[in-house]
Amino acid sequence: MTAATGIGARVLRTEDKRFLTGTGRYVDDLPLARATYAYFLRSPHAHAKIKKLDISAAAKMSGVVNIFTGKDLVDAKVGGLICGWVVKDKHGEPHKAPPHPVMAVDTVRYVGDTVAMVVANSYDEAKDAAEAIKVDYDVQPANIDLAKSFDKGAPQVHPEAPGNLIYDWEIGVKADVEAAFAKAAHVTKLDLINNRLIPNAMEPRAAAAEYDKGTGNYTLWSTSQNPHVLRLILSAFVLGIPEHKLRVVAPDVGGGFGSKIFCYADETMVCWAASRVGRPIKWTAERSESFQTDCHGRDHVTHAELALDKDGKFLALKVETIANMGAYLSTFSTAVPTYLYATLLAGQYTTPLIYANVKAALTHTAPVDAYRGAGRPEATFVVESIVSKAAAEMKIDPAELRRKNFIPSTAFPYQTPVALQYDSGNYPPIIDEAMKMADYKGFEARRAEAKSRGKLRGIGFSSYIEACGLAPSQVVGSLGAGVGQWESAQIKFNPTGNVQVMTGAHSHGQSHETTFAQIIHDKLGVPMDQIEIVHGDTATTPFGMGSYGSRSLAVGGSAIVKATEKIIAKGKKVAAHLMEAAVADVEFENGTFKVTGTDKNVPLAQVVFAAYVPHNYPLAEVEPGMDENAFYDPANFVYPAGTQICELEIDPDTGTTEIVNFTAIDDFGNIINPMIVEGQVHGGIVQGVGQALMEGAVYDKSTGQLISGSYMDYTMPRADNFPSFKLGYKVTPCPHNPLGVKGCGEAGAIASPAAVMNAVHNALAPVGVKHVEMPATPLNVWQSIKGAQRQAAE
Amino acid sequence: MYDFTYHRPKSVADAVKLLKDKPEARAMSGGMTLIPTLKQRLARPSDVVDLGAVKELSGIKIEGANVVIGGMTKHADVATSADVKAAIPALAHLAGHIGDPQVRNRGTIGGSVANNDPAADYPGAVVALNATVTTNSRKIPADEFFKGLFETALADGELITSISFPKAEKAAYMKFPNPASRYAMVGVFVAKTASGVRVAVTGAGGCVFRVKAMEDALAKNFSSAAIKDINIPADGLNSDIHGSAEYRAHLVGVMARRAVDAANK
Ligand SMILES: Cc1cc2nc3c(=O)[nH]c(=O)nc-3n(C[C@H](O)[C@H](O)[C@H](O)COP(=O)(O)OP(=O)(O)OC[C@H]3O[C@@H](n4cnc5c(N)ncnc54)[C@H](O)[C@@H]3O)c2cc1C
Repeated sequence: MTAATGIGARVLRTEDKRFLTGTGRYVDDLPLARATYAYFLRSPHAHAKIKKLDISAAAKMSGVVNIFTGKDLVDAKVGGLICGWVVKDKHGEPHKAPPHPVMAVDTVRYVGDTVAMVVANSYDEAKDAAEAIKVDYDVQPANIDLAKSFDKGAPQVHPEAPGNLIYDWEIGVKADVEAAFAKAAHVTKLDLINNRLIPNAMEPRAAAAEYDKGTGNYTLWSTSQNPHVLRLILSAFVLGIPEHKLRVVAPDVGGGFGSKIFCYADETMVCWAASRVGRPIKWTAERSESFQTDCHGRDHVTHAELALDKDGKFLALKVETIANMGAYLSTFSTAVPTYLYATLLAGQYTTPLIYANVKAALTHTAPVDAYRGAGRPEATFVVESIVSKAAAEMKIDPAELRRKNFIPSTAFPYQTPVALQYDSGNYPPIIDEAMKMADYKGFEARRAEAKSRGKLRGIGFSSYIEACGLAPSQVVGSLGAGVGQWESAQIKFNPTGNVQVMTGAHSHGQSHETTFAQIIHDKLGVPMDQIEIVHGDTATTPFGMGSYGSRSLAVGGSAIVKATEKIIAKGKKVAAHLMEAAVADVEFENGTFKVTGTDKNVPLAQVVFAAYVPHNYPLAEVEPGMDENAFYDPANFVYPAGTQICELEIDPDTGTTEIVNFTAIDDFGNIINPMIVEGQVHGGIVQGVGQALMEGAVYDKSTGQLISGSYMDYTMPRADNFPSFKLGYKVTPCPHNPLGVKGCGEAGAIASPAAVMNAVHNALAPVGVKHVEMPATPLNVWQSIKGAQRQAAE
Repeated sequence: MYDFTYHRPKSVADAVKLLKDKPEARAMSGGMTLIPTLKQRLARPSDVVDLGAVKELSGIKIEGANVVIGGMTKHADVATSADVKAAIPALAHLAGHIGDPQVRNRGTIGGSVANNDPAADYPGAVVALNATVTTNSRKIPADEFFKGLFETALADGELITSISFPKAEKAAYMKFPNPASRYAMVGVFVAKTASGVRVAVTGAGGCVFRVKAMEDALAKNFSSAAIKDINIPADGLNSDIHGSAEYRAHLVGVMARRAVDAANK
């Protein structure tokens, strides 16, 4: 198709027009007649028994329509929130599943736990009334320190999970790994913390709901990344509203990063209460509520060891991780530190033996679940940190050590020792290109020049792999997933030739309206402005699984391609009739059906018209209409891979780190729109650098108060923290999906923390610093330097 | 936000009268601190007196050896003022590094100084330059103005009408921003004016303070070498997740030396 707008073209984003002119429509923008407004009273304590909850004074306040508490939900037999992935522990037992009441009944378990819902004529009146609710809390000791969660005497979060243990899970054969360690020439050991993060989507979570008494239908507008999944959970497990009586709409959504995958208390309550109140209800989180109640990400304590032979060949890797679940198990929380984490520990390497043990812990903190990368950033951080540390210990160039252990390009498909089978890849040219672009050769000269200015300059690598494009349904099903992970598409032509494409994927920053339209344009020749991508509404789109795990293009895009094939197949029959030719002689190219070897042709638009006005039409063989559905279940995950090189300077007087060069070469398979992919990589790198240098959710260790509960204390990365990134691509097409594409949405965030921290360690090695935890804030770096100086002095 | 009655007087006299008549009234200049406080329901004034229409409070004038800045003058106006840049470039630089463009185009010098946030930048300049704060009823020297954490010499209902900064022979401000908020975690303003050398530190403690030892050393020899061995005790300095007291004490030294170097450039 024409290069200008087809696959591979840098088409400007269709959706930007409305986003940049302030005409997007988000949940909070909805004008709902007679709307009421909800405010949620949250727990101020990390752990407390509710001795008394008195709403009588609040209920009498002006504008109050209704107040609901946990007890009302018990009385109405509302189900609890669910965890949708059953992980079996090392004895084959399903994980512990403590109840997750939508609103607290007798105990609150984190600061922000939901205690009551006030519905009033205005938001301020709801808030006023919430202040008048009297709660008598009996404050209990809280378990906040993850590393100490399993200690004797640690405060218990749920009686259903004794010792705060959700599961003790493993992968790999421990004895084999130990045997390899016994023979190793060198063992590198590493203790690290993968810091807890708060997602901070630009648009806070929001929900609005309306109940139609006449039909019994509910409509829930929610900032969801997967409206069908949300509907399924609410219908089948929580509220019992039949699926066909519940419409979930996720309109324009301002970022999610995973935090909007899950089914939360707030939207559940808004939906449930809409029928009780008899008027629409609206709710939008305040930013401080987002900090406290959005699911957080990461939060691991890990010990890892890598065994190498004398030449630096990796013999075995073992990893012990404690993963924080927070106070309740969120929707996909159990899968993140197991199947999305430990299965990635092979990285890009031929490490023959891997053993990982993961213990999931309950703490009195907000639930932790998938956050951009979900498990894979944690895995990459372990692997890429320990590889760089081993290189430093063995005095081997870090690039050389990586190259020595790369899976060779001839070995694909490659079966790793941790379940995954990598479908394709070619890693050496990636690192070569990255080193060239980053001028790795010139680094020592730059380091010396920086030193003359009093700066410590460092360089760090991260050669990541990730598994995304979630996912082959039967594979994830066998691992405990409660859902299938195919994707759907519907291509619905209108009689006048323009087309609506319904996708089950959801765009909340991913630019589907542009990328998916490019696919349609490429495959069917329909001009871009004649294509509408429709998503996010269970009433108008086929059932879909939504967007997360970098799956929209690899799985959703593939479903679209399958649907275009059906359109073409049907179109050929119609075209054959119109051109009085045999179907076998009709070919389709550039939006036109032709009879092979003749100049007879009929454009697609004419075929479509004939299908809707079938006066001259093969009705005996072909149905009228031009509307095709497809579902696509992938054969495997996709495996994007790449190398990032970060170069930075540290001011030893202040501990401040400045990134001076950042290079990323990625293999995302075929690329539909390089500009959009670059945007995803930019954002991903920035998020990963945020984790490495700035972001950290900090709870007070004794009270469980969220100290980093606003932008005054939670450091978000900003544009002026970054240089221009140097990006490039290498392409090995995915062999098992029709577009040959891999995912690009998470890669930047997966790889960059290790690149940055390896550079930090490289910069600080000359002053004797051995280890710095993330986030490497100025304070943290300065203290590390001071600590090293003190040690040297002793 | 709780309900309040909104007023928009046109003169200082009317504003002061409103503030005096309503004991629970609060003045508002740019609202950059007040509005978030109200939105978080941390304050419940009966009345808000918006100073936005009081023309006499805005503007920058050169009066002899002083730069006089009206209380309602926005940070952006100070940052870009040719008069300020010529007379005390360090002050323009300071104003240009407060918050972000939105904040600089709403936030005011009067609001910032009256609020006396321990992490605010302006108090450093006011003290180091030995400025005079003029209110509707009196003139207050810098050293008597800042009383402690969010505390000033202002009486209830007293308004800052202007602040008069003596021109400096040499001056510079070095700010180490809090990584999250970008307020000053440590800000050091050094100035050599007709009244001598002053070193004022903001962000590090509960309130802006002077470092006498550095002032004395710099009075003899205005170079960073002169203060390189002067350490600030960590006792009593702020400590939080971004900076321990020890770290802040260290940064005071670093920022002071860098400020002196910048002032000498
Ligand atoms: C995102 C953000 C970032 C910021 N970053 C910085 C920073 O880096 N450095 C920094 O120094 N500051 C920073 N600030 C604060 C900013 O500089 C404002 O000047 C400060 O918040 C005061 O705001 P305002 O001038 O709008 O005063 P208001 O919010 O209107 O008032 C503040 C207080 O002063 C009182 N008041 C106002 N005017 C007068 C007057 N003329 N006389 C007596 N009392 C008065 C009010 O009653 C109120 O109590 C930041 C603010 C925000 C929101």
